[in-house]
Amino acid sequence: MAQVSFDGVTKRFGDTTAVDDLTLSIPDGELLVLLGSSGCGKTTALRLVAGLEEISSGTVSIGDRVVNDVDPKDRDVAMVFQSYALYPHLTVGKNIEFPLRQRGVDKEERVTKVKRAAETLGLGDLLGRKPAQLSGGQRQRVALARAIVREPLVFLMDEPLSNLDAALRVQTRADIVELQSRLKTTTLYVTHDQVEAMTMGHRIAVMSEGRLQQVAAPEDLYAHPTNVFVAHFLGSPGMNLVEGMLVENGSPDASGGGVRGTLCVAFAGASVPLPAEVADPVRGSGPDVVLGLRPESLRLSPDGVIAANVIIVELLGAETHVICHTESGARIIVRQGAGATKPALGEAVRIAVDADPEAYHLFDATTGERLVGP
Amino acid sequence: MTAVTEAAAAAPKAPARSHGLRSRMRKEAALAYVLLLPALVLFGVFSFYPFLRNFKLMLYETPPVPGLPSHYVGLHQIIPTITSTQFTQSLVTTIVFVILVVPISLLLGLALAVAAHRKLKGMAVYRVIFSSTVVSSVAVASVVFGTLLNPVVGLLPWLGINPTPPALENTTWALPSVALITIWQFLGLSFIIMSAGLQSVPDELLEAARIDGAGSWTRFWRMTVPLLSPTIFFAVVVSTIYAFQAFGAVDILIGNQNAVRLHTNVLIYNILNTLQIESNPGAAAIMATVLFLIILGLTLLQLRFLERRVSYAR
Repeated sequence: MAQVSFDGVTKRFGDTTAVDDLTLSIPDGELLVLLGSSGCGKTTALRLVAGLEEISSGTVSIGDRVVNDVDPKDRDVAMVFQSYALYPHLTVGKNIEFPLRQRGVDKEERVTKVKRAAETLGLGDLLGRKPAQLSGGQRQRVALARAIVREPLVFLMDEPLSNLDAALRVQTRADIVELQSRLKTTTLYVTHDQVEAMTMGHRIAVMSEGRLQQVAAPEDLYAHPTNVFVAHFLGSPGMNLVEGMLVENGSPDASGGGVRGTLCVAFAGASVPLPAEVADPVRGSGPDVVLGLRPESLRLSPDGVIAANVIIVELLGAETHVICHTESGARIIVRQGAGATKPALGEAVRIAVDADPEAYHLFDATTGERLVGP
Repeated sequence: MTAVTEAAAAAPKAPARSHGLRSRMRKEAALAYVLLLPALVLFGVFSFYPFLRNFKLMLYETPPVPGLPSHYVGLHQIIPTITSTQFTQSLVTTIVFVILVVPISLLLGLALAVAAHRKLKGMAVYRVIFSSTVVSSVAVASVVFGTLLNPVVGLLPWLGINPTPPALENTTWALPSVALITIWQFLGLSFIIMSAGLQSVPDELLEAARIDGAGSWTRFWRMTVPLLSPTIFFAVVVSTIYAFQAFGAVDILIGNQNAVRLHTNVLIYNILNTLQIESNPGAAAIMATVLFLIILGLTLLQLRFLERRVSYAR
C-alpha cells in the first residue's frame, strides 16, 4: 500500500505536451479516477506511473520513493489495459501466474495465490483455457486477476471497461469498486466515461489538454465545478452554459420584474435574478459572465424567467430532456420528470430556475473560471 | 402484414429474375476467362506444358552416344537414377546447403527485424537497407561476392584469411562460400517477413509483460518468439523451398570447370548438367521430379500447419 504523487510532472512528445505540470497526490487506499476526453493526457499520466513513458520534468513518487528512473518491473505496480493484453499463447492459469513467476515466487506459493485470485474473480473453472476461448467479460476478469495476484502497491487501470457491453460494464464497475474497497490498494483509474467516474471514484481528477482542471470528490465536482469545462463535462446532459451580462435590476440593461437592486444575469429574452447568496460575492465582477444551470434545476413554467423555443424533446423513459433555444441563441436543456407535461416542438416556453442558490453557477466569461463559491 | 403481401407479389417474378441472374453470371464468367487468358497462355507454355512433358521424359532413356534416338524404358531408369552416387551426393550437398543457409539467414533476419523495430529516428533508412537484398540480382551479388572472396584483390586476404586453395576452389570452403552469398540474398526476405510478424505483436502485450516483471530477454523469448512462431514457421518453409532451388550463385561462382564442382553440385545444378553436359533428359527429368516432390511435401506441411496453428486473435 502506498501513496502516489505527481509533482510538477510534464511529459512532452516532440512538440506536443501530453501532460502539463501535473501536481496531484493520491493517498494510500484511494480510488482516484482520471477523467477526460481522448487525448487529454490521462492515459499518459497513468503510463508515467507505470514507467512505460519517461518523464520530461517533475517527479512521480510511489510511497516515499521517487520512481522517475525506476524500471517498470521494480515499481511494484500492476496495470490493467483497455485491450486486457492477455498473453494469447498462455492459458488463463499461466497468465495469472506470469507476474509471480517473473518475481521468483516459489511454486507452492504460486499455485495457492493463482487459485485464490482466480476464485476471487470467479475464474476457477477457466484456468486451463486460452484467452481466445473466453468472452470479453471473462478476459477482463483474467486481466484483473493477473493484476491482483501479486498484491502490488498500486493498481493502474486504463479504461478497463470500454470493451465490454453496457450491461456487463455496469456489473463489472461495481465488482471493481468492491474489489478495490476490499483490497484497499491505491488505484488510478483512467476513463472518459463520466458515469464511471462519478460512480467509482473516491475522488475524480478532471483533465483537459494535458492540464489538471479540478480534483474533488464526485459530489463536490458536480456541485461546484471550478470552470466551464468541468461544468459541461460532468453530468448527462452537461450543465447549460449561457453567456450573459451581470446587471443590477432597475438599470437600463435589465428587463422583467423583481426587486430593484437585485443582481441579474441578462441575455436576449431573459433576465435571471440571482439569489443573494450568489449575488453578493460577485457584485462588481463581470460584467461578462457565463451562467451555468444544471438541467435538473430547470423546469418549464409560465412564470419562468427565460423565454425559449422548444427544438427537440428526447424521451428517456424515467425522464425527458427538453432542448430549447433562447433568443440569444443559447441552447438550454431542461430535464423533466416522468409526470411533467411534454411541450410540443416549436412551442414558445418559459423556463424557471430553482430558488436554491446551489442551482446557480457563475463563471468569468473570459477565463471560464468559477466566480462564486469554493 | 404488408411484408407478407409484398413477398406474395414478388414470388411469381422470381423465376424470371433468377433467369436474368444466370445469364448475367454466365456473361461475367465469360469475361473472367477472357481476362484470364493471357495468364493461362503464359502459364500453359512455360509452366504447365513443361511440367507434364517432364513426366513423359522420365519414361525415355537416351543412349550415351550422341545422335542415337531415345527409346521407351517405362519406369526402369528411375531406381538407378535416384540411387546413383551422383544424385545422392547432389541431394546431400543440397541438404547441407539448406542447413547452412536457412537457420542463419532467418536468425540474422530476426535479429535485424528486432533491431529495426524500435521506434528510433531514421529507422526507415535501415529498414530499406536491410530489405534491399531482396531486389538485388543473383548475378550481381555473385560477382560482388566473387570479388570479395578473390584471393588477390578480395576482402578475405585483407582480413588475413587466405585459405589455399582459394575459398571458391577449396573443397572445404566452396559450399559455405556459396551459402554465404545465398544467406546475404535471403536476408532481405527474412527481414521483411520477420518485421511484418513483429508488427503484429501488440505493444501492449510487451508492456504488460514489462510491468509484470519480465526483462527484455524474457520478453523476447517468452512473448515475442511464441507469438512470432507462425511467422517463423512460414519463413522456415519458404526459405527452405527457395534454398532447395538455389542455382545462380553456384553457376556463376563455381561453374562446371571448377575442381570443386562436385562439392557444390546442388540439385538444380546437377539437373542442368545432366541435361546439357551429359545430354540425358530422362535422368534429368527424374531428378526434377524428386525435387518437385520435396517442394510439394514442404508446401503441404506448411499448409497443414498454417491451418492448424493456434489462433492468437485477442
